[in-house]
Amino acid sequence: MFEGVPLSWFLILSTIMFFVGVYGFLVRKNLITILMSIELILNSVCINFVAFNKILYPEHMEGMFFTIFIIAVAAAEASVAIAIIINIYRRIASIDVEKMDKMKY
Amino acid sequence: MFSYTIWIVLIPLFVFLLIGFWGHKFKPVVSGIVGSAGLFTAWILSIFTAYIYFFDVGKVDDVYQQIIGYNVLWLRFTDTLQIDLGVLIDPISVMMLIVVTTVSLMAHIYSTGYLKGEKGFQRYYACLSLFTFSMLGLVVATNIFQMYIFWELVGVSSYLLIGFYYERPSAVAASKKAFIVTRFADLGFLIGILLLSYYTGTFDFLTLTSPTGPAIGTPPAATFIGMSVLTWAMILIFMGGAGKSAMFPLHIWLPDAMEGPTPVSALIHAATMVVAGVFLVARLFPIYITVPIALQLVAWVGAFSSLFAAIIACTQHDIKRVLAYSTMSQIGYMMCALGVSGMGGHEGLGYMASMFHLFTHAFFKALLFLCAGAIIHAVHSNYMYDMGGLRKNLPITHITFLIACLAIAGIPPFAGFFSKDEILVAAYHHDTALFIIEYVVAGLTAFYMFRLYFGIFWGKKQDYQHTPHEAPKSMTIPLIFLALGAMFAGFVPFSKLVTSDRQLFEIHTEWIIAIPSIVIAIVGIGVAWVMYIKPTDIPQKVAHSLHGFYRAAYHKFYVDELYLFITKKIIFNHISKPVAWFDRHIVDGSMNGISFVTNQASDKIKGFQSGQLQQYAMVFVSGAVILALIFIYLWT
Amino acid sequence: MTSNQFMFLLFSAVIVIFSILTVTSRRILRAATFLLFVLVATAGLYFLLKYNYLAAIQLALYAGGIVVLIIFSILLTSHINERLPTSGLMKKLPAALIAILGAALCISVILQYNFIGAVGTTEPTNVKLIGESLINYGKYGYALPFEVISVLLLAAMIGAIILAKKRKD
Repeated sequence: MFEGVPLSWFLILSTIMFFVGVYGFLVRKNLITILMSIELILNSVCINFVAFNKILYPEHMEGMFFTIFIIAVAAAEASVAIAIIINIYRRIASIDVEKMDKMKY
Repeated sequence: MFSYTIWIVLIPLFVFLLIGFWGHKFKPVVSGIVGSAGLFTAWILSIFTAYIYFFDVGKVDDVYQQIIGYNVLWLRFTDTLQIDLGVLIDPISVMMLIVVTTVSLMAHIYSTGYLKGEKGFQRYYACLSLFTFSMLGLVVATNIFQMYIFWELVGVSSYLLIGFYYERPSAVAASKKAFIVTRFADLGFLIGILLLSYYTGTFDFLTLTSPTGPAIGTPPAATFIGMSVLTWAMILIFMGGAGKSAMFPLHIWLPDAMEGPTPVSALIHAATMVVAGVFLVARLFPIYITVPIALQLVAWVGAFSSLFAAIIACTQHDIKRVLAYSTMSQIGYMMCALGVSGMGGHEGLGYMASMFHLFTHAFFKALLFLCAGAIIHAVHSNYMYDMGGLRKNLPITHITFLIACLAIAGIPPFAGFFSKDEILVAAYHHDTALFIIEYVVAGLTAFYMFRLYFGIFWGKKQDYQHTPHEAPKSMTIPLIFLALGAMFAGFVPFSKLVTSDRQLFEIHTEWIIAIPSIVIAIVGIGVAWVMYIKPTDIPQKVAHSLHGFYRAAYHKFYVDELYLFITKKIIFNHISKPVAWFDRHIVDGSMNGISFVTNQASDKIKGFQSGQLQQYAMVFVSGAVILALIFIYLWT
Repeated sequence: MTSNQFMFLLFSAVIVIFSILTVTSRRILRAATFLLFVLVATAGLYFLLKYNYLAAIQLALYAGGIVVLIIFSILLTSHINERLPTSGLMKKLPAALIAILGAALCISVILQYNFIGAVGTTEPTNVKLIGESLINYGKYGYALPFEVISVLLLAAMIGAIILAKKRKD
């Protein structure tokens, strides 16, 4: 049982974090900073899971396990993403997302 | 019993495939030998078939049976309406088998000499075999649809062979003309077939022509513009026959078709294909007899064509064209004979005479054409005024040509006399007007044929660049063979073999008609003798005195010009052009408009696919947010 | 104000401020560092919620692993002193607008709903329990996701190696 802080606070916090991440995803040009924005988004989701778990159903552990899995997926995603970024950097000597428009019309 | 007869049809097909696919791999002469050998086999088979049909198994109680020799179901529309492919053995088909294979064999042998060294020798033989196959398939057809298929096939092979010298623009134009005109006529044929089969529910000849069948026993009651639908169907079918047989006014292709090699003219445009129309009417004769209007039309079209063509033939200088108009005239004779015929016994004399004339005509007309080929081969010109005094140079050709001329003129005892006499008798008993026309035509025929004969072999001797010499053996042997046919074919007792109801009857030469017909033939010959045996100015004087008429006849009565006027001036300008405009601007225009709009639109919206990841994400996120907004606050 | 509230607000403030700094900073290494602070503060929240093991993983994997990975890649692809070019206003303004709109929408929905927290006490989760659950395939067992995630990690590892490997050509 966790007292003092209502669930909605956690949710508001994660919402703000999520949309900050979205904003970063939309405006940053550097691929690595976009990756960081994605990490922010994932992290906000983790907070949601954990808060729901702890405050609404403290006797279960689903939220926590999903958080663990999300962290694992995030790690995998980050490693693959960075491999891709390095590959792109080797090819076009830049990681500016606006220069990667090969797949246009 | 007769199931082997399918091979008569199939052998030329195999020969066609063989020469068509592999002919060019061997020497040209191999194609000629293969083609001739294949056809020789078919000829032997046909003779054998005729023998056992007429003298052994065909006759039961003095009635010739109609036997389905071979049959296979090809296409099935409903349980009753189905199309077979097969072989129908009856007197006219057996007779046609003989005619087609004989003349075709002669043309094959003759061509080995005539076309020696020509480019496309193999192609020629392939086409010739294709034609023979198609023609044989046509004559043995068991149903009207099979006939139609082979009818078109002979049209195609005729097209290919007329256009054999495809470097010559005139040959190309002639082949196109032949194809288009006959195709136009076949449109009527097809509509007629569809009408007939729609109202009777069958294609089969035996069912159609059976006296109790759906066409004769219980004729369809439907009418259209005052005539029964059966009459319409038969008139339309006759239109197809008239196109193929070059009856007025669909005859314009036949003279031009002489652009093809001469053996082709002999085979296709004299002896076999052009009589397909006569054969068609004969095949459906039991139905025609029930629709007198159609039969009357057949008679008058035939008679008019024969007179019309005979007059034109008197004025032409190109010997092959003279022969072409002569062919048209003789086919008119046959049509007329069918038109004046009744059904059964002596009433059916016209039918018998028509078939008889078809049979004899095949021999002497093929012979005439082959002789013309030999003459052209020797003189290198088609024109009468380039010829003269050739009787010493070309002895065999001379004799055979004379025999053919006597035969066509109707001098006894040559073949033409007997058949033409029967036609005249039939016409005499039916309609005096038709009889007079045919009588005049007989005289004209004698005149123009002997005009040709005297003009070529007598008359003034020309200075030839090199002395004309007799054709090689491969050409003269068919000439001699056909000359024998032209001499003795008249003694075939046709009334005992081919009759309208397949029962036998006796004929007697009616001297009251035979003697005047001999007289007028001799008069015609005599006029020709006076005018052409020596170079005189009588022809010019006669032509001059008949100034306008002569010019009109010389220009074939301006039928071609009329066609050109109708097609080019009226149809092209007033129908085709607006239709073409409509097609180009409205139909194509709307299609182009659609494609233009699509193109422009895609050009405008393709910028959306910018390749910019963040733009996509932006659209996605704003879409998601806006949808959420709508569903949470506005849609409730 | 209870201590829980205080700690929560403290961590929240750190998270929000450094999140915003992460996405706005023009120096990429600083951005990475700010991200690290965010992740550490998140771990603090987990500690606050008594998920000690989770917090440890968060620190080790996120703060220790991923951020280090990111910093490595930054060093491979950028100069340290490089100042990132910023997007134009035409890009920032709609993005900010849509982000604020979305956040407002979500928060308004959250505030409309009255969550009622569970009452009663529970044992804090211990590592033994977590380990047993992870390999348990009965009720509340996570053997299957565990296996799936193992395969995913293997695939990601192979993929990363293949992608980042120098090509022969």
